[in-house]
Amino acid sequence: MVTGLKASPGIALDPSLATNLFREMLRIRMIEEEIAKRYRDEKMRCPVHLSIGQEAVPVGISAVLRRSDQVVSTHRCHAHYLAKGGDLRAMLCELMGRAEGCCGGRGGSMHLFDPSVGMLLSLPIVAASIPIGVGAALALKQAKRDDVAVVYLGDASVEEGVFHESANFSAVHRLPVVFVCENNLYSVYTSLEERQPPRPIADLARGHGLHAVAVDGNDVVAVQRAASDAVRRARSGSGPAFIEAATYRWREHCGPNFDNTLGYRSEAEFEDWKRRDPLEFLARHLTEHGALNETQRADLAAEITAEIAAAFTYAEAAPYPAPDTAEHHLYAG
Amino acid sequence: MPAERVITAAEAVRETLAQALRDRPEVFLLGEGVADPTGIFGTTKGLVDEFGPDRVVEMPVAENGLTGIAIGSALMGRRPVMTHQRVDFALLSLEQLFNAAAKSSYVTNGRHRVPLTVRMVIGRGWGQGPQHSQSLEALFAHIPGLKVVMPSTPYEFKGLLHAAIDDDNPVIFIEHRWLHYVSGPVPPERYAIALSGPRLVEQGSKATVVANSYMVLEAIRASAALAGVGCPIDVIDLRVLRPFDPTLILESVRRTGKLVVCDTGWRLFGIGSEIIATVAERAFDALKKPVARIGLPDHPTPSSLALAETYYPGSGDIIDAVGKLCDLPAAAVSAARAEVVAARRGIPIDKPDPAFKGPF
Ligand SMILES: Cc1ncc(C[n+]2csc(CCOP(=O)(O)OP(=O)(O)O)c2C)c(N)n1
Repeated sequence: MVTGLKASPGIALDPSLATNLFREMLRIRMIEEEIAKRYRDEKMRCPVHLSIGQEAVPVGISAVLRRSDQVVSTHRCHAHYLAKGGDLRAMLCELMGRAEGCCGGRGGSMHLFDPSVGMLLSLPIVAASIPIGVGAALALKQAKRDDVAVVYLGDASVEEGVFHESANFSAVHRLPVVFVCENNLYSVYTSLEERQPPRPIADLARGHGLHAVAVDGNDVVAVQRAASDAVRRARSGSGPAFIEAATYRWREHCGPNFDNTLGYRSEAEFEDWKRRDPLEFLARHLTEHGALNETQRADLAAEITAEIAAAFTYAEAAPYPAPDTAEHHLYAG
Repeated sequence: MPAERVITAAEAVRETLAQALRDRPEVFLLGEGVADPTGIFGTTKGLVDEFGPDRVVEMPVAENGLTGIAIGSALMGRRPVMTHQRVDFALLSLEQLFNAAAKSSYVTNGRHRVPLTVRMVIGRGWGQGPQHSQSLEALFAHIPGLKVVMPSTPYEFKGLLHAAIDDDNPVIFIEHRWLHYVSGPVPPERYAIALSGPRLVEQGSKATVVANSYMVLEAIRASAALAGVGCPIDVIDLRVLRPFDPTLILESVRRTGKLVVCDTGWRLFGIGSEIIATVAERAFDALKKPVARIGLPDHPTPSSLALAETYYPGSGDIIDAVGKLCDLPAAAVSAARAEVVAARRGIPIDKPDPAFKGPF
């Protein structure tokens, strides 16, 4: 299976797997870019938290997940949803408030979910989905399934007490859960140093007895390797794991624009991270090893462009929910 | 007379905070984003430059713990002003607020005081949906030991916020985000408005409309249109929910015999329900008609504009309610309604109405 392709230092990778990872990342990038471009049309009338620059994390994680594994996410859920196989049309319909949105237009961009692919839920309150993911893992264990739960979280969410309560419980009960912390250095416009002391976030997880590793979150192969190890442990009953993935959000915290001019982070820092673009990082290695050339890349992009255009056309023509349905489903049943 | 200075409510808040920080060394600000470049919708913008990071304290995303920390510092004589960009985030801090802060004076037989102000921003619009645009004032108003304030005009924002910071009790200060853009006359010097009850905004005689926060603006617009069809009404801005002083409301209802209450939050179990109960207890004889209650329908806030369009009541609903209570002819109601619809000029309901920028 391993062909000796060097995708990142010291790591060998199957070229077809690597090409798939590239395609997935490219697809997410292009979808997010298209959302950013069209946001000014005011058809998507809800806040959007784009994942541009952070695509390698969910793509590397999802590469080792099964459809039946369960994922929970946050306000920044687009990439998690898409990487898990969430339906693109249902997502765009949700962003546009249409009846065919995954939440019927009730939730907006921060509540993406797709039960058919194990995308259990996303919640916009920081850290709120962490215990819910642990609860999903508890259910998987009780039901004696060998699926795992993946909890995506941002660097800020480890500041909330509920992270610690959840990590502790998951360790005590050796639950099949993998925490994936996308450390993008900022909570809105506030830097990590202003919020946490200088110690690795992964140390917090170790303190709770979790198996914890830190990886370059812009190296999809490194993420995939860490995920493979963490998920194997969780699946086999060895307990929870924690992956801290270093990455960077390119656009503003919420919305389609760039916001470096605000002054909360430097242009130099931004440029530095852009040079570590997860997409180009993998593309370079693929190209060097003859697994990707310009024509192939253009073909991939054309195929994805067509898919995205069709999905937007579909969503823009999709009907709105009838106003008198607003009160439906207040209670289940 | 010199021309009155006109500023926005957001500017009024910022000026108040700056004055409080300058005047009282024990005052400090705490919140996610208080020291960031945008400064909580501009209300704390730049204050860190003048007062430094020890008095404009950027906090980790840890609402529960930091509320307790603020309470502890307040017990020691500091005057923390904590800010939540959305009330929905403050939900994490309820245990500390409801148990520790609200009961502190009572349980120590009056020996502890918690001079804590917690600013919580409510709002609506742009598809923020079920967990980012709630109006939860009724939760806080339910708790004995908390004071709860909901300003409407820039003048009130400043005077009430000064009073809240000067108060020796925990004060929940609820700001509607759409009101931040509203402008009005605000004196530059320090002044406080006692946390002691409602104010009469418009005087009429046909009916009493009680509203708070953003709904006061809707009530003012309704009142103008109703006056135009010969139905002038009293508009009362509740402004201080707790301590609850219904005196002005009772006086008004005794004059008009008709009552409409408007909540910014949900209609059921809301602030209006408390007002109605009080009127029923203390001025039942004065009521000539059943009361009317306006507020959000009984379900969470949907994100989709298509669903939100019918979610928020406005001046039109107030006109309908008053029209019904006052037996206005249908033509008068539709004329008044047409006026408020025209005033909105087709602006989608998920965006603030620029005509509501004041000055008021
Ligand atoms: C309990 C709570 N507090 C505050 C917020 C406001 N808020 C939304 S996103 C965010 C930043 C979160 O940062 P992080 O977890 O690192 O995720 P990122 O946005 O960087 O992906 C904050 C503070 C919230 N949604 N919930």
